[in-house]
Amino acid sequence: MSLDATFAALADPTRRAILTRLAAGEATVTELAAPFAMTQPAISKHLKVLEGAGLVTRGQGTHRRPCRLQARPLRTAVDWLENYRGYWEESYQRLDSLLADLATSSGEDES
Amino acid sequence: MIGDGLTVSTPSDREIVLTRAFAAAPGLLFGAWTRPELLVRWYGARGWRLIDCDVDLRVGGAWRFVSQGPDGARMTQRGVYQEIQPARRLVYTERFDDQSYPGDTLVDHVFSARGGGTTLTTTIRYATPEGRDRVLAYPMARGLSEGFDRLDTLLATETDRELDP
Repeated sequence: MSLDATFAALADPTRRAILTRLAAGEATVTELAAPFAMTQPAISKHLKVLEGAGLVTRGQGTHRRPCRLQARPLRTAVDWLENYRGYWEESYQRLDSLLADLATSSGEDES
Repeated sequence: MIGDGLTVSTPSDREIVLTRAFAAAPGLLFGAWTRPELLVRWYGARGWRLIDCDVDLRVGGAWRFVSQGPDGARMTQRGVYQEIQPARRLVYTERFDDQSYPGDTLVDHVFSARGGGTTLTTTIRYATPEGRDRVLAYPMARGLSEGFDRLDTLLATETDRELDP
């Protein structure tokens, strides 16, 4: 699954809320639509995006077709973001030290 | 003291936004981003350090950073300053000499004074969504071989693990 599809799916607050709800357990479209001021077709449209990104699967066979969270693409995207974040955080921690040195040496300490 | 507060977000398919609080006044932080003698003291991570740093701090002026990394590897990044508001905003283009994605990247730093410190918000806009994803997915795109090793390990782990039985 492409990283871009994952990020595009996560870019919408309603879809993030749906994923948060599904993290607590599977749910039907009716149950998912309940907290939102949205029609079921509107929620279904969001679910299609989430399904396309591999983040949600639908149960087969019954007409309820419960939605289920698929964690792996989410984990991969989060890990990639975390790796990128770690790179900058390393640099920024060195910048913290430099800024502390500069503040001390310039005598601007407001104690 | 502020430590681990860096957040990364992706508000559109071409952008990465970094937000981080620093315990220093905006002017000092701006200096750390624009004065070569300060940049060489902090810029770079995972074994990469600046060994050459040219800054022509005026709109239309060029900048050029040369970094040295593990096993003597070198990489060069350069660009042109687009907007300079000391202690408030710094905008420039960026491109790596051996870049694996097309086009110039636009880097926009906004320095906001917050309670004696500064919140730095950096918006990095890539020429294409593919370029943005490449940088996010492969720290190697910035010449970070160690990051690539870790990615390999991560991908191997992800492949082996069954998260949803």
